[in-house]
Amino acid sequence: MEPSDTELIAAVRKGDVAQFEPLIARYQPRIFATARRYARREDEVQDIVQEVFIKAFQKLDSFRAEAPFEHWLMRMTVRTCYDFLRSHQRNRETMLTDLSDPEVDWLERFAAGPEDNSRNTDAARALVERVMAQLSPEARLVITLLEIEDRSVKEIAQLTGWSVPLVKVRAFRARAQMRKILETLTREKYL
Amino acid sequence: MNLEKLQRELITTARAIPPNEQVPYAFEKRIMARLTPPQMSDVWALWGRWLWRAVAPCMSVMVVLGIWTFVAMQPEPESQNLELAIENTLLASNDIAGE
Repeated sequence: MEPSDTELIAAVRKGDVAQFEPLIARYQPRIFATARRYARREDEVQDIVQEVFIKAFQKLDSFRAEAPFEHWLMRMTVRTCYDFLRSHQRNRETMLTDLSDPEVDWLERFAAGPEDNSRNTDAARALVERVMAQLSPEARLVITLLEIEDRSVKEIAQLTGWSVPLVKVRAFRARAQMRKILETLTREKYL
Repeated sequence: MNLEKLQRELITTARAIPPNEQVPYAFEKRIMARLTPPQMSDVWALWGRWLWRAVAPCMSVMVVLGIWTFVAMQPEPESQNLELAIENTLLASNDIAGE
């Protein structure tokens, strides 16, 4: 029978560092999946995941077991991803001319018939990534957690450390920002 | 173009594509190699550190007490009224005899 998180954490706290490895193995798929929502390059994703586990190891004494270890780890992951977004802000302006042909084609098909489901999903995915990359770190975090992962405002507040009113304000601004980006993207052509 | 509909469509697309959970081979070993074990607290080292920290306050108390003792041991200044002092000394023997 596999040892529980509590048993492994207790062993690590007593000095048996090797017992941290099963914890890594248990949760790294989920951490990788989360990191991949915020970083495109695989080396950046690995850096984020590595940083999460090193921080978790260093701060293990502060884990109070009031909530499951996974929640504590996810909170750390979200905050590390947010720090990553803030440190990797780039000039986000993208004109429609920068879009690939499949992306432009997807937008034109959408404009012609929004109910048509035969559009290229790869192009849609590329378009989503392009739009998300242009959002501010706060907007991207909120849109990802609220809209894409479908978490509640309270959950997001716990994950990010923001207050509930702040999450709501940021969600409102994030949606407006996303609409503005889409408007800029589509403004170049009459769609 | 209906931007709100476009936004919803893109969000729906993003939701429908879950991120990849794939982990690079032996990634946990790589992390373990970077972890330094937590330092076990050495009681005696801790005790020594606190002793050193106590040196300054102890020295201060010692100096204050030394100054106070020194001041307290100083003889009292001579009475300005020397005459009265001599008279009291000479008549002290009469007081004792009268008793």
